[in-house]
Amino acid sequence: MQLESLYQEVILDHYRHPHHKGLREPYDAEVHHVNPLCGDEVTLRVSLKDASGEPVVADVSYDALGCSISQASASVMSELIIGKTVPEAMTLADEFLRLMQSKGKEEPDEDVLGDAVAFAGVAKYPARIKCALLGWMAWKDATAQALEEQT
Amino acid sequence: MTLDVARIRKDFPILDRTVRDGRPLVYLDSANTSQKPRQVIDALTEFYERHNANIHRASHQLGEEATAAYEGARIKAAQFIGAADETEVVFTKNVSEGINLVAYAMSNATASGSGARSSSTGRFRLGPGDEIVITEMEHHSNIIPWQLLCERTGATLRWFGVTDDGQLDLSGADDLITERTKLVALAHQSNVLGTINPVRMIADRAHAAGALVLVDAAQSVPHMPVDVAALGADFLGFTSHKMCGPTGIGVLWGRRELLDEMPPFLGGGEMIESVWMDHSTFAPPPHKFEAGTMPIAEAAGLDAAIDYLTEIGLDAIRAHERDLIEYTLGALGEVAGLRVLGPADPASRGAAISFTLGDVHPHDVSQVLDELGVAVRAGHHCAWPLHRRYGIQASTRASFYLYNTAAEVDTLVDGIRQAQRFFGGV
Repeated sequence: MQLESLYQEVILDHYRHPHHKGLREPYDAEVHHVNPLCGDEVTLRVSLKDASGEPVVADVSYDALGCSISQASASVMSELIIGKTVPEAMTLADEFLRLMQSKGKEEPDEDVLGDAVAFAGVAKYPARIKCALLGWMAWKDATAQALEEQT
Repeated sequence: MTLDVARIRKDFPILDRTVRDGRPLVYLDSANTSQKPRQVIDALTEFYERHNANIHRASHQLGEEATAAYEGARIKAAQFIGAADETEVVFTKNVSEGINLVAYAMSNATASGSGARSSSTGRFRLGPGDEIVITEMEHHSNIIPWQLLCERTGATLRWFGVTDDGQLDLSGADDLITERTKLVALAHQSNVLGTINPVRMIADRAHAAGALVLVDAAQSVPHMPVDVAALGADFLGFTSHKMCGPTGIGVLWGRRELLDEMPPFLGGGEMIESVWMDHSTFAPPPHKFEAGTMPIAEAAGLDAAIDYLTEIGLDAIRAHERDLIEYTLGALGEVAGLRVLGPADPASRGAAISFTLGDVHPHDVSQVLDELGVAVRAGHHCAWPLHRRYGIQASTRASFYLYNTAAEVDTLVDGIRQAQRFFGGV
């Protein structure tokens, strides 16, 4: 059955036990994103810090209502990007977006994407891609706002 | 009056196909769009192969034939819903366009110099202090046009709430429908809850208060006999693609005296009487509301769909679906943690059954079902406020039509249990 290839154990684990969930202080920007197709929502905060002139993702906290894919994706994302510099995290976000748009024809690079490679199967289901991207898009938006406020 | 479902299924070529690794298709998404019988597909093909031309203005034999097909569909649609005559039937793209047509006719009547010169258009004029009444169970297409109309005119939007068991809350009706009410717009049948609303009773109250009544019949006309006079409606919209017909064409029925008074919505070719550079006069209804080249082949397809449904009988279709609803509600009732939205009594609901499954998200439920070949819809079904009312974000909806069977319901319920096991303990 295809279900196991879509819902890999990593995804179900993150869904059952989401990392970094819950809204925390302090934060530099907060956004609220919805998936108008299904009504899934995420409220996400980012906190940035400056490390030798380069912005670093100090914290990502979120509150999300949604399906297993969107919940697990937000959890995996926060796990991946907290502690990375903003440019590194943006590269990861772009790489993840590319994977989602690959129609399932691309072998994801585990060295780059870590646990996020588990979402490769989602790319074969056009209706679910937005679920997987919800948290990432919210993070990009929040980070852009946080950076803007700093300048 | 039992349906020969096995024979009916043979009319629908798509029901023979398999999906997702060879699973037979179990199509439970007819409230979204219905499948099409061979008779309708053939009517579309025949139109294009034999009669294709533009209507009304082609001075040749094909033009006559195409016009006859298009206008014949209008007569057929008028008879189907008990209209006084075919001039009360306006072809639209879908129900959304029909509702927007009425909403824009109202704001065009409100704006000056819009062709709304007659004093009789007063009942279409809106301003601060006037009210439009809708319900909390409406599809977005019967909410947004009224929100926008109220923004344009300064009128106020009000609505009936819904009860916990999925009925309209009529307790505040006297306070809601008053002399300030200009129009009441409501669904005949909810696309989420399945609830069949007491349209006649609300229409009588609305008329007593001097208000007009618009009925969104997208979910009822395909599934049960509907008579516009018996409902007491002033306007009623339905769409071809949910009743075995092609996409791209719908009907707005309106009482003739109202269509006469209403200013046009879309301007363009075919809707005119005379045109000068600085002003125009308009054709009588229904053509006043049909600008540009209309969906002609689709009208021929809708005609064939009405024939198809009429021959089987709307009473027989309703009875078959009622049996299926009863069977489905019984089977779903056995699933622990499953909550059906809407009325528990099959007599007061139609064949759209939405539910939640504990903490298992509707998108995940529908994914498991899809893997098994079962097509349902997951999400808010374009009724976001209704979902909010019940404290949920989304639901899974199985919806039935004349071609569905109890065996398909069994496959659905098996799939729901699989989803529960797969995501169990979450």
